[in-house]
Amino acid sequence: MVMRYKFEIGCVLFVALAFTITQVDINNFFFFAAFAVLQYVMIATAWNILGGYAGYINFGTAGFLGVGSYTAIGLIQWSDVSIVGQIIAAAFVSGLLGLAIGYFTLRLKGVFFAIATLALAIVLETVVNNWDFVGGAAGISILPPRNPELLGVLIVDRKGGGIFDNNKELLFFLIAFMAIFSVWVARVIEKGKLGRGLNAIKDNEEAAECMGVPTLRLKLIATTISGSLMGAAGGIFPSYLTFIDPPTAFNLEFAINSLAMPMIGGTFTWIGPVVGALLLGTVQQVAIVTISSELNLLIIGVMLVLFVTIAPHGIVGWFMKKK
Amino acid sequence: MPEDLLKIQSVSKNFGGFTALSNVSTEVRAGERFGLIGPNGSGKTTLINCISGTLKNDGGTIIFDGQDLDGMKTHKRTAAGITRTFQIPRPFHSMTIMDNLKIPIEFVSGIGASQREIAEQAMSLLETMGMAGKANEETSGLTQIELRKLELARAIAAKPKLLISDEAMAGLTGNEVDEVLEILIKFNEDGMTIIMIEHIMRAVMQFSQRVICLDAGEVIAEGSPEEIVKDKGVERAYLGV
Repeated sequence: MVMRYKFEIGCVLFVALAFTITQVDINNFFFFAAFAVLQYVMIATAWNILGGYAGYINFGTAGFLGVGSYTAIGLIQWSDVSIVGQIIAAAFVSGLLGLAIGYFTLRLKGVFFAIATLALAIVLETVVNNWDFVGGAAGISILPPRNPELLGVLIVDRKGGGIFDNNKELLFFLIAFMAIFSVWVARVIEKGKLGRGLNAIKDNEEAAECMGVPTLRLKLIATTISGSLMGAAGGIFPSYLTFIDPPTAFNLEFAINSLAMPMIGGTFTWIGPVVGALLLGTVQQVAIVTISSELNLLIIGVMLVLFVTIAPHGIVGWFMKKK
Repeated sequence: MPEDLLKIQSVSKNFGGFTALSNVSTEVRAGERFGLIGPNGSGKTTLINCISGTLKNDGGTIIFDGQDLDGMKTHKRTAAGITRTFQIPRPFHSMTIMDNLKIPIEFVSGIGASQREIAEQAMSLLETMGMAGKANEETSGLTQIELRKLELARAIAAKPKLLISDEAMAGLTGNEVDEVLEILIKFNEDGMTIIMIEHIMRAVMQFSQRVICLDAGEVIAEGSPEEIVKDKGVERAYLGV
């Protein structure tokens, strides 16, 4: 019984650990950096549901993320919705976007699908650039609410009366929870009928359809779930940055990272994107502090080239072959 | 006289200005072994693409088991009982042979069954095909005949009423052809209707109860294998004399 739910128990332990860390007195930069890494775990995992399992390369990660971010901004501008509300709304809107994009573009295959999704991010960025309500091209600053409450419980209080002492701790805990939730979702998909159907699509879509796999429906489910998780990762982003503008929210770096991390970690299993995101995310965070923030993409580029040539099945594939 | 399982009525298909099928009509009876022959480019594969739903016919109707297939998606047709193999085998290459067979079982013939039942069904089919020893191997290491057999097994795993075998024997040796024929005849005896597209005349003539010959998108002959062999039109289509 315990063995069967080993993974689920691990998830709960991880969330508990994340919570414990927030209660310990450590440098706030840790929460800032760990947030970025965990956000990438979430984004890479979400990307892999469509890109790894179904083989549809999505270059529009930034689009889904940006829509999530700006859904949150819209809600903040409109009335004071709690951070959890912002995330849920962002997931919902990006999920709908995923469904719509899926419907219009999934007839495209291979590189054409990639181009269409890349165009999506650019179109959405242009729209937001011209939308003053959410700050337009100049961007927008948001202040975290003072002493926020959720269901009557004081969440953040600098004087120590709330669950967390500051907003960074709260955001770290939320992203830790969402990251592990995403990994759980990806694993459920992978081990289930949906994952096997998506795999058949990746191998040969026409043969899959002829073997009774409802290919269009499965692809739509995958784009919706993938988009929704990316949107949730975007929904928390404005609160983390406290200032956001279209070039940040729709940054192409997200598209490249979300694709490179699973590819370097291994796309065929849920562990791959996690390993890739932890590795690359950490390397990037270290590089930002020690070398320069501009070097990030160079690191990603070099590693991507190395892995594609030396270990095409990623780190996880490399180790499984050795076994 | 058994009922018609598949009725093809005036089916036509154009690719731009090229007529791949023009006014093709025929019917396949339940339980029949039906041969479909014709020179390269005569429209055989196009016809089965229209039946399986991977192509949409421009005109005419296809009725399967009393149901009009017009507008029905491919996977729905598979669920209704039509499966096919591909001329060039298209295995799910990232999966083991066993997992290849599990896909049609999980999505069509064994919906709702447990993973263990699905595995048992796949294994018993692999035994019938003489491939049980390869169950956990990747498809990349398979020989030509194993690939062909896997392609057939995957289509049979969906437990179709109508199996369309598109050149399942291309590239096989004489003994291997006999082996595949034996398998097909066994499943036909269990009640499966089979359409065989084949260039190996010996096989298709030995197998079929009835044969039609397509040439340039039209049915030029229909009859028993003996009649087809003697048909002047068929001879002309193949030899061009």
